[in-house]
Amino acid sequence: MNMKKIYSVLVENRSGVLSKVAGLFSRRSFNIDSLTVGETEDRAVSCMTIVSSGDERTLEQIEKQLNKKLDVIRIKTFEEQMSVSRELMLIKVKYNKTNRREIMETCQAMKADIVDMSKNLMIIQICDTPERTSQMIKLLSGISIVEIARTGTLALQKCE
Amino acid sequence: MIGADAIIKCLVKEGVDTVFGYSGVAIDPFWNSILETDIKTVLVRTEQNAAHAASGYARTRKKVGVCAVTSGPGATNLLTGIATAYADSIPLVCFTGQVDSELIGSDVFQEADVTGAAESFVKYSYLVKNVKDIPRIIHEAFYIANTGRRGPVLIDLPADIQLAHIADFKYSDEPPKLRTYKPTVKGNALQIKKVTKVLENAKRPLVCVGGGVRLSDSEEVFKKFIEKHRLPVVSTMMGLGILPTEHPMYYGMVGNNGFQVANRAMNECDVLLMVGARVADRAVSAPDLTFEGKILIHMDVDPAEIGKNVGPTIPIVGDAKHIFEDFMKQSFYCTHEAWIASLNNYRTMIRHEEPEDNGFVNSPAFVRSLSLKMEEDAIYLADVGQNQLFSCRNYVMRKGSFFTSGGMGTMGYSIPAAIGAKLAEPEKQVVAVCGDGAFQMSLMELATMNQYKAPVKIVVMRNNYLGLVREHQHFTYKDNYSMVELGGEPDLEMLSKAYHINYIKCESMADMEKDIDAFLKDDEACLMEVMTDPMETVAGTIA
Repeated sequence: MNMKKIYSVLVENRSGVLSKVAGLFSRRSFNIDSLTVGETEDRAVSCMTIVSSGDERTLEQIEKQLNKKLDVIRIKTFEEQMSVSRELMLIKVKYNKTNRREIMETCQAMKADIVDMSKNLMIIQICDTPERTSQMIKLLSGISIVEIARTGTLALQKCE
Repeated sequence: MIGADAIIKCLVKEGVDTVFGYSGVAIDPFWNSILETDIKTVLVRTEQNAAHAASGYARTRKKVGVCAVTSGPGATNLLTGIATAYADSIPLVCFTGQVDSELIGSDVFQEADVTGAAESFVKYSYLVKNVKDIPRIIHEAFYIANTGRRGPVLIDLPADIQLAHIADFKYSDEPPKLRTYKPTVKGNALQIKKVTKVLENAKRPLVCVGGGVRLSDSEEVFKKFIEKHRLPVVSTMMGLGILPTEHPMYYGMVGNNGFQVANRAMNECDVLLMVGARVADRAVSAPDLTFEGKILIHMDVDPAEIGKNVGPTIPIVGDAKHIFEDFMKQSFYCTHEAWIASLNNYRTMIRHEEPEDNGFVNSPAFVRSLSLKMEEDAIYLADVGQNQLFSCRNYVMRKGSFFTSGGMGTMGYSIPAAIGAKLAEPEKQVVAVCGDGAFQMSLMELATMNQYKAPVKIVVMRNNYLGLVREHQHFTYKDNYSMVELGGEPDLEMLSKAYHINYIKCESMADMEKDIDAFLKDDEACLMEVMTDPMETVAGTIA
């Protein structure tokens, strides 16, 4: 059965580490649903948040193979429901007089902000769970979407 | 002191006495600095063989093998050798020259991203960016290569770093502390207890031994353990030679090229202890099916191997030597005499049939006779192809060693690896057995053999075909042969003469014994050409 899993991977902040981790996924045909990287409070350490899906054996292998990499310090894994996950998305849309109001209402309902605007284009920002960001795309699909940029999922294990 | 001097000083500290390699401008500072030491340098004839020779050396001496080559094509040529070592978990430290740091990424002459290219088959790799990191990196590299699951480590050395001045040189005697690498050595005490209970209750226990037992240097304690508890043993290809062939508890190699009795034991056992083996496709073709209803205990130093190909009932992570030493301290008793009796019964039922003389030398008979005539502690290296399978199935192990490229199946491994083995143990007899395909991939090393006085005995089993693929095409494509016929073969007698080595031709069963005696009689290098049946199949000799 296919499941989703989130891997929060602390790695040495060295050049080439991202490519080693990404290479591991491609070489062993593991899925990457999303991958984000950033520095942590310790500048020598980066945190990669990787969302992957597969059967149980594959998900276990991913953790073991990641652990084998000599640049990996520590891995935490958790199921989606055990995490607080957020994704930031920017959507550039074309608007006109007739749909402007509808877009703004959608933004309000989805707690999204309009962060930039010109005569016929605007950029909407939403920061929410991956489901809600995807929902936002659906809601705006009737309007002409020009470009989308998403960060991919960031996640931390829930406090309790 | 310059960077290259520091590198060589590190090698001396690590007890390195031989470095295999090839020169080139980007690695020249290294080869220049090494002149100041007693380290023996061996110039092979193509870079791939530097890694193979270092591998043969590492397996013989049970220590890290070292090789060094230049940047660009030198480095890319080395890749197959590194991958071969990785697949068999052989500890190597491989140095590659690199273009000057400031030129990296600009596609200059002889530049290749070797750390990138080798990433998926090295245990770890370094690109040295600062000369002061040299002692730390080399110290870590030797530690990483030779602990946990062994494997090759690559160090890419830009030429300017090798030439840069290094102010102070400190080399720690302690193992390095790496926060990302802490191999598990000791087995979990609870798991060990659990295993003893399972073994005690087993009616049909079996041990399948892989290369991990040799890599962890635990052959002795392993043998004591299985003898104490009278546990029947089968082996993978990499586990060949850990027990002598004639050992009463040993039932041969498993797998699609293995022995009936060994495979039968695998199928019928109720508890299987897998030790230092990957459960790869050649040994177990349908793992889920084979292990259904069995208790599988999987012991490996690499946690990622456990559960990769088959889900174990009981995992034990750790170094085999420590774990078997812990097992020896446990008091438990196994009783399964009926099982041993039935295995012995299977064994006697399988009769070895003498082949009919068809005018060629029979490969299985040849390997048997050769291995029995070799010195007791000789090193036998099998190449890849039919010769490998004939060797695995018919080599009679006594006190010697059996090496082959098991995981990667790299043709042309045996001769360079044999040179490495001979230089590691000059007193021992070293015999490389290859087919005419693999021989032509490595015959340039006959010169290396001469130059460094590494008199290896070479057997070329000649059938004018890439035999194993021909056999595959015989069965799969109904003799519709493609790309398997070796035409235009050299005259091996003249070739031997050209390389100043002795030559013997073994043409018939009638003269085989005499020819092998002549081949092995002295310490000089010798090439024996063995005329085998081009239509001979491994499948046809399986029993």
